[in-house]
Amino acid sequence: MGMARGDFVALLGANGSGKSTLLKVVLGALPLAAGRISVLGGRAGAENSMIGYLPQRRTFDQGTRLRGSDLVRLGLDGDHWGLPLPVAWGRAGARRRAARERVAEVIEMVGAGAYAHRPIGECSGGEQQRLLIAQALVRRPELLLLDEPLDSLDLPNQAAVVALVHEICRGAGVAVLLVAHDVNPMLPYLDRVVYLAGGNAVEGPVDQVITSATLTGLYGLPVEVLRASDGRLVVIGQPDAPAHHHDRHVHAPGHAG
Amino acid sequence: MPAEVVNPQLGWNPVRDLSEVLEYHFMVNALLAGSIVAITAGLVGWLMVLRREAFAGHTLSMMAFPGASGAALLGIPAAWGYFGFCGAAALAIGRFTSGERRSWSEQSAGIGAVQALALATGFLFLSLYGGVLGDLENLLFGTFLGVSDGQVLVLLAVAVATLAVLGIVARPLLFASVDGQVAQARGVRVRMLSTAFLLLLGLTVAATSQVTGVLLVFALLVTPAATAQAITARPALGLVLTVALGLLVVWLGLGIAYFSVYPAGFFIATISFAIYVAVRVALGVLPGRSADRAAGLTPPPAPPAPSPPAPVPPVPARGVIA
Repeated sequence: MGMARGDFVALLGANGSGKSTLLKVVLGALPLAAGRISVLGGRAGAENSMIGYLPQRRTFDQGTRLRGSDLVRLGLDGDHWGLPLPVAWGRAGARRRAARERVAEVIEMVGAGAYAHRPIGECSGGEQQRLLIAQALVRRPELLLLDEPLDSLDLPNQAAVVALVHEICRGAGVAVLLVAHDVNPMLPYLDRVVYLAGGNAVEGPVDQVITSATLTGLYGLPVEVLRASDGRLVVIGQPDAPAHHHDRHVHAPGHAG
Repeated sequence: MPAEVVNPQLGWNPVRDLSEVLEYHFMVNALLAGSIVAITAGLVGWLMVLRREAFAGHTLSMMAFPGASGAALLGIPAAWGYFGFCGAAALAIGRFTSGERRSWSEQSAGIGAVQALALATGFLFLSLYGGVLGDLENLLFGTFLGVSDGQVLVLLAVAVATLAVLGIVARPLLFASVDGQVAQARGVRVRMLSTAFLLLLGLTVAATSQVTGVLLVFALLVTPAATAQAITARPALGLVLTVALGLLVVWLGLGIAYFSVYPAGFFIATISFAIYVAVRVALGVLPGRSADRAAGLTPPPAPPAPSPPAPVPPVPARGVIA
């Protein structure tokens, strides 16, 4: 499989099928057992400053006494030694202003301006997710790795976050690899999906991968894909995947598989 | 209270009272030592509270016992034994707790195990030594009003070293503390920093207890930082507030102790606790709200506020409803 600039690819599969592991391999945090990988033209892990990474969540509880904007700022230069000089003149002052402007810009980009000054622990799940996306974006990465950014969000927030990611992907030409359980919120935007199951993977456009024939071949078990009248996909019969393609998206009774 | 200070009375002239206090060399030394400790403990304590490592800090303070008894056994100054044991315990705790995604309960269990072993070692040293540990009482309750010039210098050296290292590691440490996974992906050495911080914490605890005594370390290490974090979520402002509160508490505590018959440590701990409670109540944080929400409709990259907000802003009652 491969990804180009501006690609929006979803990584799907059951729990434990290796989605998060794949992201860690791309980050160079885990070695490959077999095969080859090239990330941004080099070895995995060599160009991590050009990758925006959003780990599987991690939410911040009430006790986290740090503002959302501080968290975004840490994404910009939190790995540098020393402290920024608190001066307003000279090179240090210019750097300080530039950093502050970049943080403000990226917060505006994700629409978090109204609550970025609040302690992160007091923000809702959707607000935290936007701030974390801002954190991942703040260094103008070429690749975004988002590990289940839609988890624990309600449907309107899922749709909003996906639309935001898509806009960034197209607008800034960032390649996005998004891990998800449920493909439905992303259906209007996706270029391709990668489906992982039982050590195998299928890659391609949504309407070629999420089909009864492809998934049956992938799992080696009869799997059925139904398309609801509004275009949503329901996968039935996946092994060890009790609640995929969540029931909450199935409005008609009798669909819950 | 030393004998020459016969029943000092607070007068109506604060300048005269202050100059009276500063006439005594022991009071000057106490104020110097207290200020050094308040600054160091405040800054390190702010990070400790943020990292939720108060139990580790407590365990490090307990190292006074094996440290003092071990030092007595070897015939070296108690402070050396204390610093040595603090360092060893910091490394042991780091080893036990900074594993990949170790759970919080597992961490505190590991720290508890280290504490138990260290105290047991202290018992062994004590029975091997067989004598009476004169220094132990000083370590437990502090020697605030008997700080020598040499001790002030040692404290200053420890504080400068601690704060220099802290200044270098502070930013990645903050990143690793609140957002370890992303920090790790960005190349921050999370485990190394966590152990380094425990070592700094050990140094700070050992230095602080020289003044407040082991039992009251947290009065300067936790309470000012917790108060500041209740007031603000801004890191820079929070650190400044922590230090300001620490200094205020130490100066007030020492000043009151001078005019009273009760020990300074009691006043320091009580004043810092009283401020903490007052702030929590005033902010209505008890149901889980803070001043940032009420105070801040400023845009996110707000210019650094030169004047800290009043600690007790008129918070509307919305916190209860929201």
